[in-house]
Amino acid sequence: MIAVVDYGAGNIRSVVEAFRRNGADCCVTADHETILRASGVVIPGVGEAAHAMRQLRQRGLDNVIRNLTVPVLGICIGMQILCNRSEEGDTECLGIFDCEVQHLSASDPTLKIPHMGWDTVSDLKGPLFEGLGNGSWMYFVHSFAANLCHETAAVTDYCAPFSAALQKDNFMGVQFHPEKSAAAGARLISNFITISESSCK
Amino acid sequence: MLAKRIIPCLDVRDGETVKGTNFKNLRSVGDPVELGVRYAEEGADELVYLDISASAEGRSTFCGLVSRIASRIDIPFTVGGGIRSVDDASRLLDAGADKVTVNTAAVQNPDLISGLAAKYGSQFVVTAIDARKGADGRWMVTTHGGRNTTDLELFEWARRAVGLGAGEILFTSMDHDGTGTGYPVDVYSRLADLPVPVIASGGAGSAEDIARVLTAGKADAALAAGIFHFGKLTIAQVKSHLATGGITVRI
Repeated sequence: MIAVVDYGAGNIRSVVEAFRRNGADCCVTADHETILRASGVVIPGVGEAAHAMRQLRQRGLDNVIRNLTVPVLGICIGMQILCNRSEEGDTECLGIFDCEVQHLSASDPTLKIPHMGWDTVSDLKGPLFEGLGNGSWMYFVHSFAANLCHETAAVTDYCAPFSAALQKDNFMGVQFHPEKSAAAGARLISNFITISESSCK
Repeated sequence: MLAKRIIPCLDVRDGETVKGTNFKNLRSVGDPVELGVRYAEEGADELVYLDISASAEGRSTFCGLVSRIASRIDIPFTVGGGIRSVDDASRLLDAGADKVTVNTAAVQNPDLISGLAAKYGSQFVVTAIDARKGADGRWMVTTHGGRNTTDLELFEWARRAVGLGAGEILFTSMDHDGTGTGYPVDVYSRLADLPVPVIASGGAGSAEDIARVLTAGKADAALAAGIFHFGKLTIAQVKSHLATGGITVRI
């Protein structure tokens, strides 16, 4: 069972549908026990960092997530809140990934913010990207991004290079939306399901 | 590098995809979900579904349709048509839509844009603008699918909409829509000064028309209906033409 963490973030539905399309048994929950029993945990998210962290703390989910040992996948804001801090609302985050989330400031005025649409990911590392080549297209919608660090598992360049994905131990995060990234996103979701299934054997 | 987007648009009436010229002479072109799945598989970057049902029954059918689309489609999709309030939009976003588009209701009540942006964020709010070139050469905003002309000037209204929180501008020329004669490229290149993405809509007759609006017109995305629905061109053919011309597209 994959648990999709329900913490009041928007558009959870498309994440759940995508995991189901890829064959996962999947539930949406804020229940600590259910999350702790899951074979994999997904932290979805559309929204704002300070709000997201408040919602997690109110539900006592910050500590539950920090202590998870099963595979965890943060998506978009769900990845950003796994970092140390976010400039968005000057927010202290969960501190799993050793990097900061900063605003995408356009050095080039023709670049529009948010970074919205399809862009490529490269320097891919780890099992999440199994079967995906450098230059795979993913769908992004964000105004903030995690800087590059030793846990960077994929890089995208917009204004400047940023972490399109992060991985540290069982924690993974992607800045893009795999649930909206057609076949490439489906492959990544299916990889996460495989990682989750193999970790509970 | 961010790709230019190709967006098929599906007009839906009472649960069926329809296509006409200048919003008239509508013909049915198939099931909206199946057509959307096919476009997604062919390489569409996003989809737009517009509800043009006239009845309350048609509208409630559309909300159910949005859930079915959400469970099948793995690319972003925008829905619109008849959104008059934040609650109308909430129903569609809760049903699984990624963005909403507002048009006539935003002209009548500009606070709708700021209300939506405040609740969901600008990236959820596409403001669609229909306009027509007047005898004096000024582009004037129209509402109700082009039936009514307002005293709002296109560029002024587009800037105001962005100021209120519109995250994208979808502009359709009522003089070009459905004609297949190409987009008014000069108008798009002026809209490109806006700090948000601009989607070109209405008028594509060939892949080269799309190439021109994305290069000379500096549009971020091109939306088309007729050329795809009637099988004149496939999305893959359009994208391959764009790529040959050096335009970044997702292939």
